[in-house]
Amino acid sequence: MPLELTAADRAMLDGEGGAAMQTAMSIVAQMAEVQGAGELLDITQAHIDATVYVGDAGLEFAERLAGQGAKVAVPSTLNVGALDEHHWHEWAVAPEWAARARRQMHAYESMGTTPTWTCAPYQTVHRPTFGEHIAWGESNAVSFANSVIGARTDFYADMLDICCALTGRAPAAGLHLSENRIGRLLLRLVGVPKKVQQDDSFFTVLGYVTGRMAGNRIPVVEGVLGEPDEDQLKALAATAASSGAVAMFHIIGVTPEAPTCEAAFHGRRPEEILDITMDELRRARCELTTADGAQLDMVVLGSPHLSIGEIKRLLLLVEGKRAHPEVEFLVTTSRAVAHLAERSGAMECLRAFGARVTVDTCILTTPMLPEGVRVLMTNAGKFAYYTPGLLSREVVFSGMEDCVRSAIEGRVVVEDRLWKN
Amino acid sequence: MEELIHARPVIPGEAEGMLMVSSEPLSFWGGYDQQTGEIIDRRHPLSGRIAAGHVLALPFTRGSSTTTAVLLEAVRVGVAPAALLSTGVDTCFALASIVAKELYARSLPVLVLRRQDFDALASGPSAAIMRDGKIILSKS
Repeated sequence: MPLELTAADRAMLDGEGGAAMQTAMSIVAQMAEVQGAGELLDITQAHIDATVYVGDAGLEFAERLAGQGAKVAVPSTLNVGALDEHHWHEWAVAPEWAARARRQMHAYESMGTTPTWTCAPYQTVHRPTFGEHIAWGESNAVSFANSVIGARTDFYADMLDICCALTGRAPAAGLHLSENRIGRLLLRLVGVPKKVQQDDSFFTVLGYVTGRMAGNRIPVVEGVLGEPDEDQLKALAATAASSGAVAMFHIIGVTPEAPTCEAAFHGRRPEEILDITMDELRRARCELTTADGAQLDMVVLGSPHLSIGEIKRLLLLVEGKRAHPEVEFLVTTSRAVAHLAERSGAMECLRAFGARVTVDTCILTTPMLPEGVRVLMTNAGKFAYYTPGLLSREVVFSGMEDCVRSAIEGRVVVEDRLWKN
Repeated sequence: MEELIHARPVIPGEAEGMLMVSSEPLSFWGGYDQQTGEIIDRRHPLSGRIAAGHVLALPFTRGSSTTTAVLLEAVRVGVAPAALLSTGVDTCFALASIVAKELYARSLPVLVLRRQDFDALASGPSAAIMRDGKIILSKS
């Protein structure tokens, strides 16, 4: 199907909107051709993941567009940057590196975007609604928007996200189209008792298994008991989008495009049916941990960035207690949530426990960790997944309660009775 | 001994390098060191291998949308794979190649193989990529 551009698209391509718009439209159109799209469609908003500095190429791209006067055509939020803009010097970040990371952040800020600096844009006031066509980057956000909200975004890789934002257009392809949102693979939870499903690490572990089994196919999960809350679905989305290429999933009876199994598969048969048993879940829980022994240097929570609801849960666990002096306790969240926490008194309580809070970024995107930190503990599947490769450090995965208890005792304590045979 | 495979060029170009293959998908962010070309996903079968200059065959990319930025940076530094082969159109690969051309006028061919051709690949031989999508594998 040849790509048909509208007169307005062609005008952008011919440079009538300026050089930045021309570059952006050229990239959007080339990607549309690559994806076999017949046309472009209008988007209502964008979320820009290209904000993270990983080297000078991305910086050069950002500054070139900014220098050409690029301005976004639709409301656009910014993903994490590679720096906690106002507090980076409290950590091990090198000033030269910080300067480059900040230049990239400023370049994207200059384009008329909203500096949310968060990987959980769906938990801000900019949350899209069901059926809206949006262009989002950030794997966890893409997965959440499609699956939990029912908004429609393809998986926009860094730099295509900003090109869509500048033009307000995106290829009519991938998860924008109903036929590509149909479930392909049925994953059945079999023999997984309710008490395991209620464990506070369950949805992260389920996410890990889901990503592994699904690969790049849309999975449909059957057998989830009760009604998972939004933060549990967020953990599932983020982890499945790390261990697999899961830009969308369905949970029967839970997510909006899967009221029934029939609806999730549009009446078709699944390509494959796989069972998720306690064995798979146990193995996944083990794989998320790479450290052995009790040594613990740091506990880190917040990938994706903690919501105000998660901070409230954390407060119940830390109130009146104190973290061990040898263990660093870090929470990563957005400026907006940190502000709410400050106003509500939650922040004071976290500080009294010994916690520190980083905003705008996370441990994976800014080189903030001191050399002495060798073993991290987290309840976030995404942190657990990427820490060994990106940070060359060991990681222990368990639920939030274990993370807090370990921080207090100064050593790894994991209560896994529920998960045992 | 030579073997000819017909692939579909997503981003056409010419390249040559040793073939490196895995059936396991990879996120380049957190999985590929853009300064050295080392595969750093410690749960990946290719962990520790240097993919720079190789014709790298992976079924698809998983994980982060920053994969494109990491691949583009590897192109700038000079440690990217010579070409990328996958089983379906991978938008991260295609986008990195398009932007690499835009910024640095460098070519990074991206090709799609039929599943059975992909499954028959094994690391080792040298691979020559032609503009029309032909891949010539030579075993010494």
